Amino acid sequence: MRVRRLSVADLARLGMVGLFARPLRVFLSALGIAIGIGAMLAVVGISASSTAELDRTLSRLGTNMLIVTPGKTLSGKNAELPAEATAMVSRIGPVEAVAATGRVPAYVYRNDHIAPGETNSIEVLAVDRDLPGTVRATVSAGSWLTPATVDYPAVVLGAVAAQRLDVRTPGTRVWLGGHWYAVQGVLAPVPLAPELDRAALVGWGAAREYAGFDGHPTTVYLRAVESQVEAVRGVLGRTANPQAPMEVGISRPSDALTAKRAADDTLTALLLGLSAVALLVGGVGVANTMVISVLERRSEIGLRRALGAKRSHVRIQFLNEALLLSALGGAGGVILGVLATGAYALSRGWPVVVPGWASAGGLGATLMIGALAGVYPAMRASRVAPAEALSAP
Amino acid sequence: MTTSPAEPPAVELSGVGRTYPGGVTALQDVDLLIHRGELAAILGPSGSGKSTMLNLLGTLDRPTTGSVRIDGCDVSAMSDRELSALRAASIGFVFQQFHLSPGRSATENVADGLLYTGTRRRERLRRSAEALHRVGLGHRLDHAPHELSGGERQRVAIARAVVGEPVLLLADEPTGNLDSVSGASILELLVRLNAAGTTVLVITHDSGVARQLPRRIEIRDGRLVSDSAVPERVGSR
Ligand SMILES: Nc1ncnc2c1ncn2[C@@H]1O[C@H](COP(=O)(O)OP(=O)(O)O)[C@@H](O)[C@H]1O
Ligand SMILES: [Mg+2]
Repeated sequence: MRVRRLSVADLARLGMVGLFARPLRVFLSALGIAIGIGAMLAVVGISASSTAELDRTLSRLGTNMLIVTPGKTLSGKNAELPAEATAMVSRIGPVEAVAATGRVPAYVYRNDHIAPGETNSIEVLAVDRDLPGTVRATVSAGSWLTPATVDYPAVVLGAVAAQRLDVRTPGTRVWLGGHWYAVQGVLAPVPLAPELDRAALVGWGAAREYAGFDGHPTTVYLRAVESQVEAVRGVLGRTANPQAPMEVGISRPSDALTAKRAADDTLTALLLGLSAVALLVGGVGVANTMVISVLERRSEIGLRRALGAKRSHVRIQFLNEALLLSALGGAGGVILGVLATGAYALSRGWPVVVPGWASAGGLGATLMIGALAGVYPAMRASRVAPAEALSAP
Repeated sequence: MTTSPAEPPAVELSGVGRTYPGGVTALQDVDLLIHRGELAAILGPSGSGKSTMLNLLGTLDRPTTGSVRIDGCDVSAMSDRELSALRAASIGFVFQQFHLSPGRSATENVADGLLYTGTRRRERLRRSAEALHRVGLGHRLDHAPHELSGGERQRVAIARAVVGEPVLLLADEPTGNLDSVSGASILELLVRLNAAGTTVLVITHDSGVARQLPRRIEIRDGRLVSDSAVPERVGSR
């Protein structure tokens, strides 16, 4: 006369029957869970995709670039690098490539009718021909300075500068420091040296010849052997400006990108917290649905008890329904999260990354929420007195 | 009515009373012996304690005084789990409101009668179809409750009650929600099931129904006032 346990298949069937008797309500409470899980997964997925994109960018740009700037004197005035700084830096053993730019005391205009004040905040920089190789810049139109043009009034515009001057086609002339310069090319944006985007670049010789450039570099870009970057950093000040090594400013631009990732992580944590609240609200929705279900189904509970269900049979039936309900929501949420991540990442040209641990964790959290949400209603259901439940209308 | 001495009586009440928490005494001092294979009516006006009696007989409730024995088992000595097992194996219920689960076929509904007995699903469905044939619904196996008439629904409920071949079939106002023609055929079905060996107790307020059954037990205000079989006294008062 022993009552056996229900088989897993029987339990699953019972749960389905219980849920699909009220499809709309089940859909809505599963949706609550799905939104929570979907939001969490999208936050994690988008952040992971953005990190993957950053990693891709870093590996393309390299993390072995250092930038040397003159810095400030002790009295707070702008310091100056010696004219031979570039050559001295290039003599450091592990340095693979060096290129300098120097600020030119001139401005560039679309033509000679523009008022002198309207500089568009475009700097004019004297450059070495080696610059694109060192900072990994590419031209989006025209070409870089050639040995033939480097000493002549020719200019290459940074991406933003070209936009501000409204110059798209190489060959156009611009008015620079009182001379006409032919636009030789336009650079694509340079992620590791965004200051070049807003500059007009002229050859070192031409700058001295036509624009009153004093020959002192204001920025030295260099690439070092990856493993020696920190060592190089240690000797850079002394090498670039032996007279005043403390004044020299040194930075590693890839650090800025990495720091951006840390800032993103903070935001991600915040958003993740918000999504967790959404998930919690979804869980409350499931609990609510289950409590109502128990109230409404008293006569079913009574009947099942009359048919021989033990209290534990009733308890597991309702717990099972709650689990199934949130699992349904969780599965929907994973789909939503993956779709949202995919749509966002693809729209920005990022690789789509949804970490497996996040999907698994989301489903796990769902099941935990289902169990938590179901446990109280299930206890209540199992405590219903069968005789009273059956007399309920 | 033959009873082998080895088999315990289906029902044995002695000095049974039930007082509800509010203080209402719904049943008082009831002695009753029903042998296996009997067919009896428990008759009484509304509020006389019939449903209370059914709950005690069905082990859905426990008496506040006296003892209830079903198929020889003393209910007061049994745990909730054991009572559930007893109900699953030995007691079938038929209710006035049918209590069928909507949206599921007659076969599925009847198979639920075996769900808590540890029977495999295949076997449950087979026996369910068999029980439906027995109650004359062989042609309605796949119909959902809303596709059936009231009389047919009650037949499904009866099939569910007897699919586990219980010792005792308890029917609480089984014809209460039916017109007289369907009611008569339900009663006929119960008589037929009894003839096949099931002990059947029909609870009713309708003396017209009770009159058609071989034994009538009348209760009023929670007391047993008459018993057409004048059964032997059980236990001491
Ligand atoms: N759960 C309960 N709590 C309190 N009083 C009840 C309860 N169930 C029934 N009663 C009372 O017990 C008496 C008998 O009820 P019941 O057994 O339902 O009678 P019947 O089924 O013959 O109409 C009635 O007075 C009813 O109000
Ligand atoms: Mg009643």
